[in-house]
Amino acid sequence: MRGYFWFVFRRILQLFAVIVGGISAAFFISHLSPISPVEQALARITSRSNFSPEAIEAMRSALTDLYGVNEPLLGQFVSFWRRALIGDFGPSLIAFPSPAMDLVMRALPWTLGLLATAIVIQWFVGNILGGLAGYYQKNRVLKAFGVVSMGLQPIPHYIVAFVLLIVFGFIWPIFPISGGFAMNVRFAFTPEFVLSVLQHAVLPAATLVLVGMGGWFLGMRALVSNIVTEDYVTYAELAGVNRNRIVGSYVIRNALVPQITALAMTLGGIFSGTVIVEVVFSYPGLGTLLVDAVEGGDYSLVLAVSTVAIAAVAVAIFIVDLLYPLLDPRVKVE
Amino acid sequence: MFAVIKDLIRYNAEFAIGLLLSSIIVLLALLSFFSPIDPTRVYSVLPDVPPSADFWFGTNSRGQDLFWQVTFALRNSLTFGLIVAVLSRVISITVGLLSGYLGGWVDRGLMFVNDIFVAVPVFPILVLFYFVLRDKLDSTMLALIMACMGWPFDARLIRSVTLGLKHREFTRHAVFAGMSTRKILLEEHLPYVMPIIFSTALANMIWSIGLEVTLAVLGFTDSNVPTIGTMLYWANKHSALVVGVWWWILIPVVFVVIMFVGLFLLAVSLNEYIDPRSRLRRMGA
Repeated sequence: MRGYFWFVFRRILQLFAVIVGGISAAFFISHLSPISPVEQALARITSRSNFSPEAIEAMRSALTDLYGVNEPLLGQFVSFWRRALIGDFGPSLIAFPSPAMDLVMRALPWTLGLLATAIVIQWFVGNILGGLAGYYQKNRVLKAFGVVSMGLQPIPHYIVAFVLLIVFGFIWPIFPISGGFAMNVRFAFTPEFVLSVLQHAVLPAATLVLVGMGGWFLGMRALVSNIVTEDYVTYAELAGVNRNRIVGSYVIRNALVPQITALAMTLGGIFSGTVIVEVVFSYPGLGTLLVDAVEGGDYSLVLAVSTVAIAAVAVAIFIVDLLYPLLDPRVKVE
Repeated sequence: MFAVIKDLIRYNAEFAIGLLLSSIIVLLALLSFFSPIDPTRVYSVLPDVPPSADFWFGTNSRGQDLFWQVTFALRNSLTFGLIVAVLSRVISITVGLLSGYLGGWVDRGLMFVNDIFVAVPVFPILVLFYFVLRDKLDSTMLALIMACMGWPFDARLIRSVTLGLKHREFTRHAVFAGMSTRKILLEEHLPYVMPIIFSTALANMIWSIGLEVTLAVLGFTDSNVPTIGTMLYWANKHSALVVGVWWWILIPVVFVVIMFVGLFLLAVSLNEYIDPRSRLRRMGA
């Protein structure tokens, strides 16, 4: 157990490094760019109507003040971190004057909910079916499933989402295609609201599951088809152990550990997929917020969303990483 | 080399299909060099003509012949994927070989950086780059940025292979014969890593082209350069589906699917070929 605490300690250090490194990178990308956020916002505001030169000058100084870009870069970096730690990213432009962090916090549960549901479904279903396909290699249905996963797995999330949108929103409209819940439902914890949320989550979640499941299926099938040649499996078969028991307790169980590590390593990619899926279905999560912020030229909001996204993915990977030594007693924690 | 490919086609249906699909894509991409029209020009043909004998894939609402658009789009997307794949291979080979062979602090330091890159979600970072660079973010720049993000998985894979090679007899011989570290890595170890580099390069192309399509569809790249993503971007801009120009959506989607499935099948079958256990099983041994 002492080894495990040492492992956790090292992982925490790494978690901090990822968060600090990632967020600092986000800061420097946005601040070392040749384009000034002040001029960008100003161009956007003045393009809509006429302003007198004095008014433009006044706006320029107000915006410079707001973004604090007149300070030296190091000073900005320090004050950015000081404010980021208490979750203050300044007011957003597209929903002025609500703080950018409020918008992010409102969007975060939607993304987390969608992501968690999709990952749990794709990971479990993909691995179980893949394990069965690796063990019962002659089964026609499982073979067909393998062919389908090979066809779906490499397709970008956007394309699958787009096709689902056309098929189930246009050709055969049975699912809602935009938003997180129906407009005419009150935002409260009622059965009606929950049902509406579930209905709206079907297509986004289905996209993530369709694209993601193939990878788990193929990975698990490959792992299991190597394990079934091991002596202990042959021995169990000769000893007359129930085949379902062999596949469940002896084979899949052993192959699960690398799949958990793989889950930790692909979380970042799945998150990127979620961002895109949200945009396609106008789901009120972080992805839609990020794209809206980019299109609205909202500096603070873009930085806030990226920061929270980097931190959230890092924490999620950390949690998955902490789980797998507990599930596999053979892993000797260094 | 040719014997290997012949064997693969005979024993591995996935490789055969993958090769066929990828060849279609490459052939179409090569056709763009013989295109009679400039792909960036608009209203050069009648708009909104459905697929016919004159226009095989129809024309779009911007008056462009979709057949030639597709050839240019595939060429640009493939070139983009290749640039990212080659650049990120250079980084992952360097990091993987050094980290695996040298070990110690170098290994720990490089793997620490590696883990940071694995954990950072790529898409928000790319959007951030677009947000600050706007029009300055052309496809070369984007390829450079993606190459800097797309190496960590493969570096780890190469490292694990090098770790195994390090303790083999031939490495020790080379060291005692006075070979420099650089020579050992490049001449002794790199050939062993080569098959992995090929199959991961294909996977990397799928990844980078997929991200490029996504960014382009959202309008976050130069929309005047025809790629599969910008074709869909313009189709959405002109509400192609509502107007009834369905082929404008269908054609790019069909080819993007062919391209990705083709590359993926090639990557999977090469991967299997590298692992001799699964190769023997397939050949019925």
